[in-house]
Amino acid sequence: MSSTRVSSTPVSGCNNDAVLRERGQHEVFCGLTGIVWLHRKMQDAFFLVVGSRTCAHLIQSAAGVMIFAEPRFATAILDERDLAGMADCNDELDRVVGEVLERRPNISTLFLVSSCPSEVIKLDLENAAERLSGRYAGRVRILNYSGSGIETTFTQGEDNCLKAMVPELPAASADAPPNLIVAGTLADVVEDQFHRLFTGLGIDKVDFLPSRRADDLPAIGANTRVLLAQPFLGATARALIGRGARLLAAPYPFGAEGTTGWLAAAAEAWQVDDALFRQVTEAPRHRAQKALAPMRDALAGLTVSFLPDSQLEVPLARFLHAECGMRPIEVGTPYLDRQILAGEMNVLPEGVRLSEGQHVDRQLDRVHVDRPDLTVCGLGLANPLEAAGLRTKWSIELVFSPVHGYEQAADLAELFVRPLIRNERLAV
Amino acid sequence: MQLSLWTYEGPPHVGAMRIATSMRDVHLVLHAPQGDTYADLLFTMIERRDHRPPVTYTTFKERDLGGDTANLVTRALADAAERFKPQVLLAGESCTAELIQDQPGALASGMDLPCPVVPLELPAYSKKENWGAAETFYKMVRGLLTPHAPAPGTQASPMPDTRRPRANVLGPSALGFRCRDDITEIARLLSLIGVDVNLVAPEGASPAELLRIPEADFNICLYPEVAKTTCRWLERTFKQPTVHTVPIGIGAIRDFAREIGELTGLDVSHVVDQTHSRLPWYSRSVDSTYLTGKRVFVFGDATHAIAAARIAVDELGFELVGLGTYSRELARDVRAAAKQYDLDALITDDYLDVERMIEELAPELVLGTQMERHIAKRRGIGCAVISAPFHVQDCPARYSPQVGFEGANVIFDTWVHPLVMGLEEHLLGMFRDDFEFHDDATASHLAAEGETRTDAATTQHAANDAPPWHADAEAELKKIPFFVRGKARRNTEAYARDLALSEITLDTLYEAKAHFSR
Repeated sequence: MSSTRVSSTPVSGCNNDAVLRERGQHEVFCGLTGIVWLHRKMQDAFFLVVGSRTCAHLIQSAAGVMIFAEPRFATAILDERDLAGMADCNDELDRVVGEVLERRPNISTLFLVSSCPSEVIKLDLENAAERLSGRYAGRVRILNYSGSGIETTFTQGEDNCLKAMVPELPAASADAPPNLIVAGTLADVVEDQFHRLFTGLGIDKVDFLPSRRADDLPAIGANTRVLLAQPFLGATARALIGRGARLLAAPYPFGAEGTTGWLAAAAEAWQVDDALFRQVTEAPRHRAQKALAPMRDALAGLTVSFLPDSQLEVPLARFLHAECGMRPIEVGTPYLDRQILAGEMNVLPEGVRLSEGQHVDRQLDRVHVDRPDLTVCGLGLANPLEAAGLRTKWSIELVFSPVHGYEQAADLAELFVRPLIRNERLAV
Repeated sequence: MQLSLWTYEGPPHVGAMRIATSMRDVHLVLHAPQGDTYADLLFTMIERRDHRPPVTYTTFKERDLGGDTANLVTRALADAAERFKPQVLLAGESCTAELIQDQPGALASGMDLPCPVVPLELPAYSKKENWGAAETFYKMVRGLLTPHAPAPGTQASPMPDTRRPRANVLGPSALGFRCRDDITEIARLLSLIGVDVNLVAPEGASPAELLRIPEADFNICLYPEVAKTTCRWLERTFKQPTVHTVPIGIGAIRDFAREIGELTGLDVSHVVDQTHSRLPWYSRSVDSTYLTGKRVFVFGDATHAIAAARIAVDELGFELVGLGTYSRELARDVRAAAKQYDLDALITDDYLDVERMIEELAPELVLGTQMERHIAKRRGIGCAVISAPFHVQDCPARYSPQVGFEGANVIFDTWVHPLVMGLEEHLLGMFRDDFEFHDDATASHLAAEGETRTDAATTQHAANDAPPWHADAEAELKKIPFFVRGKARRNTEAYARDLALSEITLDTLYEAKAHFSR
């Protein structure tokens, strides 16, 4: 399973093609995991996975530490009768959806989420979603997306979920005033901060996708501009473009510089006056830089390696390098979308080893040789690496912490500082 | 299709992983799609193990499906054998791989690998985690020991009197409920009885050590979910008797000692007649009087559910109102246990069935799994965890066994904790409208821990076929302490229905109370 076409020696510059591509065991989540944060963002949505006991087990292992009076996700577990064709899968699905809607009468959107088993047996959930949408028309919108491991890695589940919502967006009229869609799940507090900044810039028609209610969908049309808040939304971006919207090229809003670049892309599209832009962004930008200073003191000069997880790796490596003075050794990403990451790859320092895909055993061999000061990795590897004397930052936390924008720049850096401080503090 | 909000067990390959991770020098190659590595977290996070589980996944993706996925398997097998050099290689598949039928077990057997291979068949759409663990353990023991089996017809050798009897403790495994401390506690208990531990397996054992299983005089089947199949095979093949009693709870510990006494001829009276635990005294002390007749519902794996039922009734004086398990393999044992309490056991792996049963019975305490905590929260009922599945907080740092005398101490504290304490309960029954202590407030000894109660029993509507409640009766109902209110509502409605009353009045409420005399 080795197909290392490129040597693993560091490449110079990051915008060239010398990316280490590996195939082997991937130690990553599948896209179903996105449900863990999406169900909290959209409180009126329900996620029904059609899959096996493994899928059910995955989600509850991830989210089941919280105690739910009202679960907002479930699995329709396929059994032998479904596989043998003894039960009509569509009838079965209709029955299960009926049970869900009876139990949760208040939901507005039901996502039928495909899994590896449902994809392999080619159960047509897209069709089923259409059929059921017809049946529950006016009450519940029923959508389908795939969170299967064979097709999606971790955050790609959100990409597929949002992409499935894009056709549902109402069409804006051709002469509608320009509006901005910010795509990617953001913490509520961050959403509010961005809202205030955009308003300050005079951009007052701003919608967030997803918003806090799944049935609250922004209009889209030729005058719509899209800013991606997350780097893993390639498919959503292309779907939005397909509806006539224009994607604004920007870095991702991590850190003071990233946030400024991101806001500037919108400001440029709205032809916001430079003076106004400075006036609105200067104070929060300085605040962010000031708050970052002690973090930079703690991180500057230290080395960091990223193992593939969420596609946040490249922008975060950029942030840690450019704004915190860290030296990335290897930046691994499950999937490298060059179009979406072009701006970020340019900023990575020369000599960084960029890798796409994974052969986890070999990658761990490299980590043990490199011995970075901090390894950003998943929870399946974090404790074993800690036990081997390496400091780690578990990567999933970066997906469910408020890390975007000016006010969170220092919080984001602090996530990387914390394991190092802890190591210094502990006397046991 | 089965609608599953929560699942009690994972798929069978997780059971296979539990065996591989429990043991040393074993490696498992799993044919599985990208993403199934989530299961590593069960071991590295929930159990906080400090090494990666010895599992290699093929992690195939969509683009591989068009090509030669079998080739992926053979390369993963060869790489794993080369890199990890295990004593035994296990080969199995997850649910999705089962659909594409590459048969990794058969492939591995034909590969001339440098170590023995145990092929696993794990039917993911009909079997579950504990079955997978039991099957994997059995296949491995059988594979290793079959060549050493005595000729058929060989008589069991008599128990030697020149040394202390030796026992294997079979069943403790990774992700077993409190297995880590149960291993220590069972060794202590056996030492008290006068028995040496020959081997604990699968937890901590290597394949080479499994070869020492026949050196023991008998086997202790500590977790039948994992070890029963293996113990039966050892009984048949090596004539090793099995001790079936699981020593969780004082009565069970005494039975366990007696069973060993009969088997070995040891005098066990010092274990049976003396108290080595605080539970009996704590339970007899007057502070525990208010526990008498507390209505409790028990659900979990068969081993822990049966043990809990006995402790609840005989050792804490609760009233057992429901008993159930998700362990279908051991359903018969649970049915038999339930019969002793004049109950019909609930045998189901459907969380919604359990929820309905709890709503129906309206108990004051639920002893269950992590899943029952969700139901208890929804219903506002106290709850303690007695069985897997569990989450990270039930893999504690402190010593907290379930088996043995210390296990009984742990159980007393854990089960009584969620109940409202005696004085508070009395005062709640007398004074209804205190601004701080009232029905909708959390029991004050729990409030600091942030536990909350939603009082579903009072807000819930009357059953469809029950007569309507008069306002006075409804108001009076609210004066009954919340933890018995659900039961009072149900009894009153049943009483009114039986008499075909058109309305439930204040009198109906008290007539029903007298009728059911509680």
